Amino acid sequence: MKVSRNRLIRYSPLDRANHWSMALMFVLLALSGLAFFHPAFFFFSHTLGGPVWARILHPFLGVVLVLLFYAMAARHVRRNLFDRNDVQWMRQIDDVLNNRDEKLPKIGKYNPGQKLVYWALIASIALLLISGVIMWRPWFAGYFPIPLIRFASLLHAVAAFVAIVTIIVHVYAAIWVKGSIRSMTRGWVTRAWARHHHSLWAREQEEAQRREQP
Amino acid sequence: MDNSQNIIARSATTTAPPQVRSHVDEVAKLIDVSKCIGCKACQVACMEWNDLRDEVGECHGTYDNPTDLTPESWTVMRFSEYEDTNGGLEWLIRKDGCMHCAEPGCLEACPAPGAIVQYANGIVDFDSNHCIGCGYCITGCPFDIPRISPKDQKSYKCTLCSDRVNAGLEPACVKTCPTNCIEFGTKADMLARAEKRVGDLKELGFRDAGIYDPAGVGGTHVMYVLHHADDPNRYSGLPKDPRISPLVDAWKGATKPIMSAIIGITAFAGVIHYMTKGPKEEPEEQPDAHEETPPHALGYDATQRNERGHDAGDSAGERPRGDER
Repeated sequence: MKVSRNRLIRYSPLDRANHWSMALMFVLLALSGLAFFHPAFFFFSHTLGGPVWARILHPFLGVVLVLLFYAMAARHVRRNLFDRNDVQWMRQIDDVLNNRDEKLPKIGKYNPGQKLVYWALIASIALLLISGVIMWRPWFAGYFPIPLIRFASLLHAVAAFVAIVTIIVHVYAAIWVKGSIRSMTRGWVTRAWARHHHSLWAREQEEAQRREQP
Repeated sequence: MDNSQNIIARSATTTAPPQVRSHVDEVAKLIDVSKCIGCKACQVACMEWNDLRDEVGECHGTYDNPTDLTPESWTVMRFSEYEDTNGGLEWLIRKDGCMHCAEPGCLEACPAPGAIVQYANGIVDFDSNHCIGCGYCITGCPFDIPRISPKDQKSYKCTLCSDRVNAGLEPACVKTCPTNCIEFGTKADMLARAEKRVGDLKELGFRDAGIYDPAGVGGTHVMYVLHHADDPNRYSGLPKDPRISPLVDAWKGATKPIMSAIIGITAFAGVIHYMTKGPKEEPEEQPDAHEETPPHALGYDATQRNERGHDAGDSAGERPRGDER
């Protein structure tokens, strides 16, 4: 891909393909899952071809999401550990929400909000996988005692709730911070965007470029 | 399902089901365990009326046959040999099957609209045509009754012969029982009959005789007369105080509206925030900045607030303030 001097690559084609595959899976899973969660959402079951197909497909799609998600997540653990600037950033959440970005501490590739999304999904998707397998009929539920299936059902609902709220925040943040959606569609961000929102990452990238092309 | 009956509860439905008819009496099946001889005629009648033919199973060394409820055996006799502390032996036989709870856990858990209905006469019925095979009814049931068929992935259980009752007939098992151990009528009549029978049993020396109509599930429309009502567990694990699990209540009760509301509010909060605070606009390109970016120009470092506060103005100052965008 041709990258101008004013651009930095943020997400590789593989990262982006993975992201949008997960996004599709998540939307289908959330809609079909909500259909079983509350009668008000039952009509969502038609997105998977009706309620019976939704019941059949939902767990398989869940497994696909789990594989895609942890393949991605495993490569980004280090980038998502919290540091001191992150703590300061979170203390200044008021400045973040009010777009007073110039007052914020320097941030690496991911800001604390993104890191929280990462860890919330690491946890909730793990719980969804475990509880989902326990509930999965006709394949696995029969091997588990009914009281455990009850607990798994409640846990599945709560973990899905956490995941859905997290993803709503994630989607809103992408709409809110202009330039970030393009990073996940085209793969690049402007240098100005990188310096503004992720200055430590921008410096790191620029230094790497200088080393490669002196 | 031919529906000419009042429906007082319908699975996964938040509006009132059809219930315009008046004067519907609650019905009940009364099983007097003390009169059961274990002949299994009720099992045969159930198979015959409902056109069910289960696989021929294996003998497990007891009279239980089949050994458990299945999608094609909606009632089974459970035999237990109980030895009391004095060395006495009792052969206890209980006809197991759906209890038709007034507060059915299956119906509370079911996510498919109309797959489980409760008629005004108290019968809890599965409409297999609307069943999606998720098994939540099994999760919700306090008695471990529903079974999903591997043939069609639909859930099945005793209907209390709702089709026969609807036509003014008694259930098939009742009709066939040779000892009148199983009786059928209005719930009030059955309770009166049960009380009389409990009195008889007490006179015979069964001091703990009683009626099994557990209040934890709002009462049931299948009731037992037990000689040992103080310990229903000895009748092949009949639960002493059955109720819908608090986990199921939490799953299907408060969490549904609360979590649904929070999901909606979260999305709405995004809209409000965007309208009031606006987006973080894409920062303007700085034509020369990419050539050489001095570290101090890369934004504000919280760890060195005072020191950087002034000279960070080079870069930060060029950006419009968020409020003013």
